[in-house]
Amino acid sequence: MTQMERVEALRPRNFGASYDWDELVQEDRVHHLLYTDAAIFDAEMRHIFGGTWVYLAHESQIPNVDDYVTAKLGLRPLIMTRDSDGIIRALYNRCTHRGTTLCRFEKGNKRSFQCPYHGWNFLNNGKLRGVPWAEGYGENLTRDPKFNLAQVPRVESYRGFIFGTLNASAPPIGEHLGPIRKPIDEWLDRNPGGKVVVCEANRIKYKGNWKLAYDNSGDGYHVLYSHRSLLETENRFVDENTEKGMSYYRTAPDEQPMYMQYMGNGHHFKDKRPNLQPRNGGLWAIESLHPGMEHVEQKLRRQFGDRADALLDLAGSEPVNINVFPNLSLLGNHIQVFQPVSFEETDTIWYGTRIEDVDGTIGADALNDINTLRMRTQEGFPNFGEVDDVTNFEQIQRGLRCQEDEWIYMNRGLGIPGRIHTLEDGTIKAPATDEMFMREYIKEWKRLMKAEPQLTIRREP
Amino acid sequence: MAQPVHDPSRHSYYVGDALYQELIADFEVVRRDDPTVQDLVERDMFRGLVEREARLLDRLQFKEWLQLYADECLYWVPSTPNGGDPRREIAVMFDDRRRLEDRVFRLATGFAWSQAPSSRTVRMVSNVEVFASENPDQRLVRSNFLIHEFWDDETRALAGWAGHRFRKFDGVWRISAKQVNLLVCDQCIRNPSIIL
Repeated sequence: MTQMERVEALRPRNFGASYDWDELVQEDRVHHLLYTDAAIFDAEMRHIFGGTWVYLAHESQIPNVDDYVTAKLGLRPLIMTRDSDGIIRALYNRCTHRGTTLCRFEKGNKRSFQCPYHGWNFLNNGKLRGVPWAEGYGENLTRDPKFNLAQVPRVESYRGFIFGTLNASAPPIGEHLGPIRKPIDEWLDRNPGGKVVVCEANRIKYKGNWKLAYDNSGDGYHVLYSHRSLLETENRFVDENTEKGMSYYRTAPDEQPMYMQYMGNGHHFKDKRPNLQPRNGGLWAIESLHPGMEHVEQKLRRQFGDRADALLDLAGSEPVNINVFPNLSLLGNHIQVFQPVSFEETDTIWYGTRIEDVDGTIGADALNDINTLRMRTQEGFPNFGEVDDVTNFEQIQRGLRCQEDEWIYMNRGLGIPGRIHTLEDGTIKAPATDEMFMREYIKEWKRLMKAEPQLTIRREP
Repeated sequence: MAQPVHDPSRHSYYVGDALYQELIADFEVVRRDDPTVQDLVERDMFRGLVEREARLLDRLQFKEWLQLYADECLYWVPSTPNGGDPRREIAVMFDDRRRLEDRVFRLATGFAWSQAPSSRTVRMVSNVEVFASENPDQRLVRSNFLIHEFWDDETRALAGWAGHRFRKFDGVWRISAKQVNLLVCDQCIRNPSIIL
């Protein structure tokens, strides 16, 4: 029996069989219990945030040996380390003695972590290095692997994105990502060297279930209404000759070339790039107004001529939503992470990214200008858009207190002839405002909740 | 101080690297422990300006509030406790004149759901300290703030300290830059949609 099976044995039996999942998750609607039931949330922390691959951190946050950053797998506090041998690990931030968290700082560089309670000291590969007054124990604790820190048994990266799962039988991360890898590759490869570096974040909390954010992540139906103040603000200068931002949602969004694509395993992709003029500078042309943009544009055009358009696009906000179930969303230039706190509280962290001058053709001065402008474009949406979305998420959570009114609908586009197409590779395409991706990802959620995952932890031998 | 060439409400030519460097250096000054202006009359005058700003924001009088600011101004809420470098790091907010006016415009659309209804706030300002600059027409002012904000069934406290960079234009002191240092600047904040 694995450690996790032993934990499971202490719980009420057969959680997966204790709910009628097919009643709660139907073809066109879900029950409010998915958002309001603390026991379902508790199970999600094992079946979803444990049972499948979960995004943990980005490699650029721990670039050097002995770097660490704290993170979470569901509610489990982790220390993500690049250990002294350069191996990336997701250590449980939990002393094996009494359970105290070892590290209370967000990031740093340390070869070892000493527990602030009784002084047990662990190397950044998880091994117990020593304890105070060791003679008080009859055995040498450092020789018994059970006192080494627990760690996430499967930690794998895809092009800098570090994922972890407790599910020993999960497929390799590349296979699990499957077709969503293509938009991830394209999102990275538009930057020099196919790289981005994480650089601080906009951080917003809301009093609502984490799935409200995932439901919204590919939702093209809300844009015109939830973000009406943003669209009006971005387009407040009538003498601008190009409509800015997400104005393409304003009229007949389902007839625009943008589309929604379900990629399997809960992942989905909203591609708005086909709405742009297909040229360098096409992205920059719809970028809304940001601090310093005219200054930087003027400078880059003088210095780089025709190449300036492509460089300005690097500061522009890439019009995609690449959503990796259950907690990662690449949108614009952000790496957004959904962090569940309770069934009715969620943290959303919008990590910013900057670029590097990988081949030396940009130069320090222009790189500084591009990155500075890229910071300003990234601050726009969390400030003027996301605050209105999370307000609506909170008000959904409140509305769902009407217990007798049971259902939440996600039936937009369902059964309309000619609207939804399954492609040869098994992915599914639909118009931009369709709720197809919600219906598909929640099937994956249901599959995981019904399953009895073999969850394990690992310790250094 | 000279008048801008371009209308900063419309175009953002003034936000360039030199301005960022100056901004970072100026707000290092208010992190020092030796406020250099001890004159009580002068200190009280700046205290009055900071209090007036707080009052206008509490009253949601945003047009009057914007008039306290220089034409080419900056409003900066860092995402790290040390201020950081806004050229390399995301800030909670980093606004020039045009984006400040965007903020005010958005609130007035009636469709800014995060402020419909508006938060009610009372702001307390204290511990005002004044720092001189090499430029005789510039002062840096540091003050502590405590904002009580009522919104959607909850009254919360947002605390921190602010740096104001005042510059004199035609004999009038105006805010040329403000740095708002929230205690919770690097934490997830519920509905961060009021102007601080």
